Parts: sequence; structure tokens; C-alpha cells
Amino acid sequence: MKEILVLAEHRKGELRDITLDLLARGQQLADKLRAQQAEGELTAVVLGQDVGTFADTLSSYADRVLVVEEEAMRAFNSDAYQEALAHLIKQRRPAITLIGHTAFGIDLAPALATSLDAALATDCIEVDVEGGAFTAVRPAYGGKARMSVLLRGDVRIATIQSGSAPSPSPRATRGEIVSIDSPLAGEIAYKKFLEYADTSAGEIDITQSDIVVAVGRGIGDPKNIPIVEDLASALGGVLACSRPVVDKKWLPKARQVGISGKTVQPKLYLAVGISGAFQHVSAIKGANMVVAINKDPKAPIFRVADYGIVGDLFTVVPALREKILKAKSGK
Amino acid sequence: MNIVVCVKRVPDLAEAEIVVDRSEKGIETEDLVFDINEWDNYAVEEAVLLKESIGGTVTAISLGEEDSEEVLRRGLAVGADNAILLNDRAFDGGDAFATAKALAAAIERNPFDLILTGAQAADDGYAQVGATLAEMLGIPHATLVTGLEIDGNVARVHRELEAGLEEILDVRLPAVLTIQTGINEPRYVSIAGIRRVARREIEVLGAKDLGLSGDEVGAAGSRLEMQRLFVPPATQKGEILEGSVDVTTEKLVSIFASKGWLA
Ligand SMILES: Cc1cc2nc3c(=O)[nH]c(=O)nc-3n(C[C@H](O)[C@H](O)[C@H](O)COP(=O)(O)OP(=O)(O)OC[C@H]3O[C@@H](n4cnc5c(N)ncnc54)[C@H](O)[C@@H]3O)c2cc1C
Ligand SMILES: Nc1ncnc2c1ncn2[C@@H]1O[C@H](COP(=O)(O)O)[C@@H](O)[C@H]1O
Repeated sequence: MKEILVLAEHRKGELRDITLDLLARGQQLADKLRAQQAEGELTAVVLGQDVGTFADTLSSYADRVLVVEEEAMRAFNSDAYQEALAHLIKQRRPAITLIGHTAFGIDLAPALATSLDAALATDCIEVDVEGGAFTAVRPAYGGKARMSVLLRGDVRIATIQSGSAPSPSPRATRGEIVSIDSPLAGEIAYKKFLEYADTSAGEIDITQSDIVVAVGRGIGDPKNIPIVEDLASALGGVLACSRPVVDKKWLPKARQVGISGKTVQPKLYLAVGISGAFQHVSAIKGANMVVAINKDPKAPIFRVADYGIVGDLFTVVPALREKILKAKSGK
Repeated sequence: MNIVVCVKRVPDLAEAEIVVDRSEKGIETEDLVFDINEWDNYAVEEAVLLKESIGGTVTAISLGEEDSEEVLRRGLAVGADNAILLNDRAFDGGDAFATAKALAAAIERNPFDLILTGAQAADDGYAQVGATLAEMLGIPHATLVTGLEIDGNVARVHRELEAGLEEILDVRLPAVLTIQTGINEPRYVSIAGIRRVARREIEVLGAKDLGLSGDEVGAAGSRLEMQRLFVPPATQKGEILEGSVDVTTEKLVSIFASKGWLA
């Protein structure tokens, strides 16, 4: 039990940022294993076609990079990936395999774990090993609670929440790059990738504004949205929103902030009636200042806010707008 | 087309205070309001829309305590034909794997063409049961589905990726699809509508009925061992502005002004 396996994630010719989280987590665990039982190493796996440059990047952070070049894995395909990874895991018996808790990992990890009879902990924000026992901490109840779990058995997989790990550190010596023959037996007939589609384009680009005022489900009814929109105008900013507002078709997808919407980096991000789910707040990390207005003092959004007002948006927002307009007119 | 839809009863979390119970493995539920898991609500609607357009039956299934009948009746009220409740002390404390095991055993008893689940449950947030179920049943899956069309024995699905990107795939049926919010507009269910199905029979099954032993399900059959549930300390990164609305908004305005944003 010494190898930590990390699955690199890439899309459309680019290594995705989650890979760095995975490498950082993997380094931590490999270092721990080394300290605890004198051996521990980090192996990165990259599956795909024309992935040589990814292997180079990965080799700065891992002791070893396994490369499988295979046309069938050019675009992510959970079934092909599952088959290839199951093969590698059975062969190498790593102590744990780390995969991103992304659209890619969510499709891949559960079936992979089931096929290997492995323990799977999803959406982990911490993974630890002590005396050979792997534990993980993951959010529950919409981020209001956490659970720590032990991964039973000796085949283990964890999916890691993006942004939950520090940056990986480059290793003194580059890891070796090992090319492996594709273990895929044949074509996967029951699932076929057709194409990508972009759904986020719209008449407005919320990523270009210095001030973003976002409205969440707390607004209750689409007819109330102008209350928040007026605040955005008073601040000279743009109106954005959380996902439920788009799901209900109250605002177009182009206004959605979050992992499945837009990532924004404004000077000010003002969240109104938004609880602060991970999928939302991970897309506002680049904001200089986050301000939240929410009537629930326990809302997770207050954990990431620089300033918060606990109160009913229907009284706070109009009052705030009025004071802003007054300040702007110099009275 | 026989469609199965998995539904879970979960607490409404928006303004709820989560209090961990004495076992440190569950939460105090007295003060919470429960409803169908948001993602499952979209899954039920999708199942009923499919039935309305291409015919067939919809079976709603839930694993949980007796109260889970509520979410099953909700399913019946919007158009499900049958409802199954998996209820047994032996199911207690199960992780996603153990839950999927029981669901798979129950679903396998009858022919099916399509299984819909939510993309994730709001309480445990595993995002795992659907694809696990598929692997147990030996059928394909697609997760995070935001668009679905059936043509013969092929489902053309839109899967949501990050940053507004989707991938479009063809998946052969039978398959499990996990439904993402926003795929449709779930219809409104009136109290009267639920009352109309109050007498409809709900089949209740336990571990034995499914041919499962106590150590294959629940906490014993789980791959994860829950060690502790906890509420993280309220380490505030920033400052909660205190005072009346007048005072707090005034403070915020002077912060904005000091940044030069009100010039
Ligand atoms: C794969 C995946 C991708 C996702 N992608 C995204 C994404 O890109 N963007 C995104 O936002 N979400 C995304 N989500 C959904 C996310 O998990 C949450 O469900 C969502 O962010 C919740 O939105 P909300 O905060 O507006 O609503 P809720 O969580 O319902 O919160 C509403 C808040 O409003 C407050 N409130 C209610 N009334 C008032 C009032 N009168 N005054 C003040 N406050 C009030 C409540 O206290 C509560 O905190 C994704 C989920 C998944 C599984
Ligand atoms: N106890 C349960 N009963 C019925 N369906 C469930 C149960 N738990 C999970 N599911 C289904 O699996 C989906 C994903 O749940 P999870 O993997 O726990 O996040 C849910 O949206 C439900 O459709």
C-alpha cells in the first residue's frame, strides 16, 4: 500500500484546473504514507489522444505519469474511462484513487467503484490516512453540515471538490513518463458521444462588469426581481443570479453564476437571497469583495462573505438602494 | 415504455438550522419541513412527460421511513401509476451503495426500460445512487441530464458539463439517467390532487422481500462508515454588520464609498 493514483482531467485539448487540486491532495497523501510507513508515491494517469503535453505538465508534480493514448478516449466517455481505469486499478492496487468531483467524475466514479467493489467517497473536501485507514470529510445538508467517513475495504476511490486543496508543489525531480497500451477491448456500442453544445451565450456578458449583483431563490417570485435589478443599476453594476432562478426561467442562462454557469471576478459581488452552495460560490472566488444579504444567519454564503447583512431582502435592498442613490447625488 | 423514478424525502434546507443529534450520525428532524428532493421533482415530471408523449407506465419508488409515502403520493398525484416504498429498519444508515443495492433489487422484480433518478440528494449530496444503480443492473447511465428525447430504444441526452457547456450523447435503453434541475417545469401539485390519491395502494417491501440479507443493506452493507456528522464552526471570514436596517445599510454604503464605487 504505497501508491496514490490521480486521474488527470482534460477537455477540448486543455488540462482542467481540478487536476491541480487532485495532484495537491495526492502529494499530501503520498507524503503522509511516506512518513507513516516509509513508502508512498504519487502516480498521475492521463487517458486520451495526443496527451503528451499534459504528461509533461503532470510529471512536474508526480513521481510517475501513466499515459494511455486511445482515440476512443479523446472526448471524455465514462464507459471507456471506466474500463481503462478498472484495468489499471486492478493491476496496480493503489491505496486510493482520486478523481475530480466534476461533471466528468460524477459520471465516472460511482460505476467504476461499483464494478471494483470499491468504497467511494464523493465531493470530498479533505482526505486523510492514518495507520492505513483512509477517511474523508465531505459536505452534507447543502453545506450546512459535514460528515467524516471511513472508506472500508482496500479498494478506495474519492472524488475531490474543486478548489478544496492548496496548489501542488513542483517536485525536485520530474516523474518518469510511462506509456501503456490501451486496455480497451473494443468499441462501446451502447453509448455514443455526438457533440458539445454551448448554452451560456447571451445578450449580456456578466463577466465584464466590476460590480455584479446576484439574485437567488430567496427573491421568491419573478415579479420581485426588479427590486434587485434596481440595486444593481444604482451601483452601476450588472444583474446576475443563482441557478434556481434560471431553472425556473426567471432569468436567462447567460446571467447564471456558478460551476455550470459563469465564473466572475468583479471588484464587488453582492449576493442577495443566495444560500451559498459550493457550486455557486466556487465561481466567485476571484471577487475582491463579497457581500451577502440573507435572512438566515446560518447560510453558508456568510462563510465566504467579507461583509454580511442578516435580514429580509425586501427591506434591506430598497433601503440600501436609497442610501446609495443619496450618496451618489452627494446629499 | 416502463419508467421507474426514484424519489427521496429530504428536509428543506434553505432557512433550516441543522442540529446534529446525540448519535452524531443524524440530525434532529422535529423542526424541519420535509419535501421531495428538488432534483427528484424534475425527474418525476420528466417521467410523466415521457409517458404522456409516448405512453407507458411510471413507477415511483422510495427508500425511507413511513413518511416517505408523502413523496410517493405526490408522484401518484402528478401521474405515476404505481408506488413502492422500501421500508425496513435494516435499511437504516445506508450509504449510496447500500441504498442503490436495495433500489436495484426492487426495480429488478419487474421489466423496465428507463430509470430516472435525481442528480443528487439535497441531504447527503452523494450524487452517486443513480450511476451505482446502473452498474448494479448492468445497464448504461448518463448523469446530470438537462435534455432528453427518446427514439425507439435510444435516448438522446444532453449532459451538463461546466461553464455552460453540454455534451450530447446517444444512450441505448434500458438505462439510468440522473436528472438535473431545469430540464423541465415541474407541474404544480394541489392538496386536492394529493387527496385524490390518498387511498391508492403503496406497495411496501422490506429487505427479506427483496431477497437481501441484513448485512447487504443499511449501515452494515455500506462501503462508507459514517464516523461523525458535525456542523462546522462558524468561522466568519468577514464581518456581519450589526444593527437596524438603517444602520447596517449605512455601514455598507460607507464601505462602498471608501472604495470609490459611489463616485
Ligand atoms: C452539478 C451541479 C451544478 C450546479 N451548478 C450551479 C451553478 O452554476 N450555479 C448555482 O447557483 N447553483 C448551481 N447548482 C445548484 C446549487 O447546488 C444550489 O442548489 C443553488 O446554488 C441554490 O441557489 P440559491 O442559493 O439561490 O437557493 P437556495 O439554496 O434555496 O437559497 C435561498 C436563500 O435565500 C434566503 N432567503 C429566502 N428569503 C429571503 C428573504 N426574504 N430575504 C433574504 N434572504 C432570503 C434563504 O435564507 C436562502 O439562504 C448546481 C448543482 C449541481 C448538482
Ligand atoms: N432513499 C432513497 N430513495 C429513493 N431514491 C433515492 C434514495 N436516495 C437516493 N435516491 C435517488 O438517487 C438520487 C441521487 O442521490 P444521492 O446519490 O444520494 O445524492 C436522488 O436524487 C434519488 O433519485
